[in-house]
Amino acid sequence: MYEIITKKELNPTVTEMHIKAPLVAKKAKPGQFIILRVDEDGERIPLTVAGVNPEEGTVRIIFQIVGATTFKLNEKQEGGFIQDFVGPLGEATKTEGIKKVCIVGGGVGCAIALPVAEEFHRLGAEVTSIIGFRSKNLLILEDEFTACSDRLIVMTDDGSYARQGNVTVPLKEMLEAGERFDEVITIGPLIMMKFVVAAVKPFGIPCTVSMNPIMIDGTGMCGGCRLTLVKEDGTRVTRFACVDGPDFNGYEVDFDEAMSRGRMYMYFERRAYDETCNLLKK
Amino acid sequence: MPIDPKKHEMPTQAPEVRAHNFNEVALGYTEEVAVAEAQRCLNCKNRPCVSGCPVNINIPDFIAKMKEADFEGAYQIISKSSSLPAVCGRVCPQETQCESKCTLGIKFEPVGIGRLERFAADWHNENVKEAPEKPASNGHRVAIVGSGPSGLTCAGDLAKKGYDVTVYEALHTAGGVLVYGIPEFRLPKAIVAKEVETLKSLGVDVETNVVIGKTLTIDELFEDGFEAVFIGSGAGLPNFMNIPGESLKGVYSANEFLTRSNLMKAYREDMVTPIQKGGSVAVVGGGNVAMDAARTALRLGAEHVYIIYRRSMEELPARREEVEHAEEEGIDFCLLNNPVEILGFNNPDDPRDPRNGFVTGIRCIKMELGEPDASGRRRPVEIPGSEFELHVDTVVMAIGTSPNPLIKNTTAGLEVNRRGGIIVNEEGLTSREAVYAGGDAVTGAATVISAMGAGKVAAKAIDEALQK
Repeated sequence: MYEIITKKELNPTVTEMHIKAPLVAKKAKPGQFIILRVDEDGERIPLTVAGVNPEEGTVRIIFQIVGATTFKLNEKQEGGFIQDFVGPLGEATKTEGIKKVCIVGGGVGCAIALPVAEEFHRLGAEVTSIIGFRSKNLLILEDEFTACSDRLIVMTDDGSYARQGNVTVPLKEMLEAGERFDEVITIGPLIMMKFVVAAVKPFGIPCTVSMNPIMIDGTGMCGGCRLTLVKEDGTRVTRFACVDGPDFNGYEVDFDEAMSRGRMYMYFERRAYDETCNLLKK
Repeated sequence: MPIDPKKHEMPTQAPEVRAHNFNEVALGYTEEVAVAEAQRCLNCKNRPCVSGCPVNINIPDFIAKMKEADFEGAYQIISKSSSLPAVCGRVCPQETQCESKCTLGIKFEPVGIGRLERFAADWHNENVKEAPEKPASNGHRVAIVGSGPSGLTCAGDLAKKGYDVTVYEALHTAGGVLVYGIPEFRLPKAIVAKEVETLKSLGVDVETNVVIGKTLTIDELFEDGFEAVFIGSGAGLPNFMNIPGESLKGVYSANEFLTRSNLMKAYREDMVTPIQKGGSVAVVGGGNVAMDAARTALRLGAEHVYIIYRRSMEELPARREEVEHAEEEGIDFCLLNNPVEILGFNNPDDPRDPRNGFVTGIRCIKMELGEPDASGRRRPVEIPGSEFELHVDTVVMAIGTSPNPLIKNTTAGLEVNRRGGIIVNEEGLTSREAVYAGGDAVTGAATVISAMGAGKVAAKAIDEALQK
């Protein structure tokens, strides 16, 4: 059992928790993920690590309440316990040789983008962060991004805060104005990452995306997290996000396939969510 | 009294009943039948059966106890050699091991050794409540990576000798393939849990949710004071055929399909882990895993389940008993066929059609058998122009696995072969000092009992090395 040390609502649909898991806290690097199970009968869900405190032995997770499991997780309180918490899984984000980086985060993906931005900042790289949200009330982590970014651009889809538009707008402006980065790293909804990749591509800048497909074991056993990379010569290769990723070369990822696979259990998930909500509201 | 030429039959749930539930298929002998079957043993002098057992259970002696209805005595003899008797009695391919060597088998059917083993273990689990005593510690610490059959066997053998053993398991439940792979109807999970409890009472510490290679490395285990490490991390990433359509929704690896149903209990209505149920299902492959996946699909409510295998029944590698059970339950064996493409739904007028991207069928080509290949089996050859389509909603790929890269990638000096399997000598020792390995991590996909045999060999070698 793993204790919930702190719990904080970041916005009405996004919650932050610090979980006591000393072995994971000691090892986890930005870009890696954990798998948790809320209770004895729960499903295994992957969540990317949003920060660690090795001294305290805690791991920070930030999650959006989107389904039955995240709903149940959000019902847990400080001092409570979750059943299983295993990691760190996947490969850490590569940082070698990158002196100037642009981090593009969308929605709750910003929680994953933050430790990556912080790591580059710590290593002395010049960090530009672009973070986007649907609306002002969904904004998270602005202060943390301000602290680790040389330049921060906040975007909202509806213009209710900062600049209106999606994250590709300022990115394109910068690139078209001649600004160059050693790498663009993007973390967020698949459709956003697809458009970020498309925006960066004409400029020939390496673009890394962080994939978060459906997983079960997360250790390279089930193969549920597979995705297709399309190589330059057109050959299609299967890779596993849990052991080969979660970071991939954005130019190679077949996003349309990944989006389709992500909807495999849409109806099942909707029903499970409704049932769980009804059960807990009674 | 003349010897009955046939084994006493194993009572089973009727096929039409069991095809719709996840309860165990084989129901087990009664005491009377167990004693009667034991009496078929000739107690021959040269005991060929023992050499057929990868863990060298003293078979004639345990059967002698069964003849006297001393079932606990029989269990004690078995458990000297095997840490998982109730498991082996169920899933070992006895027909190619101990029973294939049985002297009685020259003229008649061999003694039902597996069935007797299962009876003794079940009798013990039901009637003996005292846990075995924890042996005095010898002060040496050994770490085991993975709680599958090889790891549990190695742990059990070492614990009995007084070693302080810690088993690290990546998943949330101990048992490895015994809990995520082999279905409930063949091996009830309560039985696996009971065997793990028995090991715990011998002093074995089981740490779940620890991924060696990630959470801790092999080197850190040594820094932590362990004197030897056994790697029994099992099979790895599932293989796919690299044909078009394998990323469609409704295509599973057997590992994923079985893990969802067995470990995550997706077959139960009250569980939150989803699995695609019903419709028509094609399982590609001919091994035991393919049989397990096909029979699981049937129990999940499939209307029609095909096994698609590119050779003929003669080459089909699954255990005969499993094939017979599957046939009785109505699994449709499409032999001498090979998939060439998985077909999916695509509404060209509406990219948002929710049916888009789901499996609708599988295209296969008929095969014939040509000359024998390197494996000695006749090579299947495509018959030109023989392609046809089957309508299916789910496809399960059960065509084997490749070793998991996690430990190899984080352990300097650990040598692996071309296929990624860890290289070991005849004692299970790897290229790293005091690091041993066994089971599927070494051999690639094989049987529970051969993994147990490897765990046993390594335990012996570890004991000898640490007692020097």
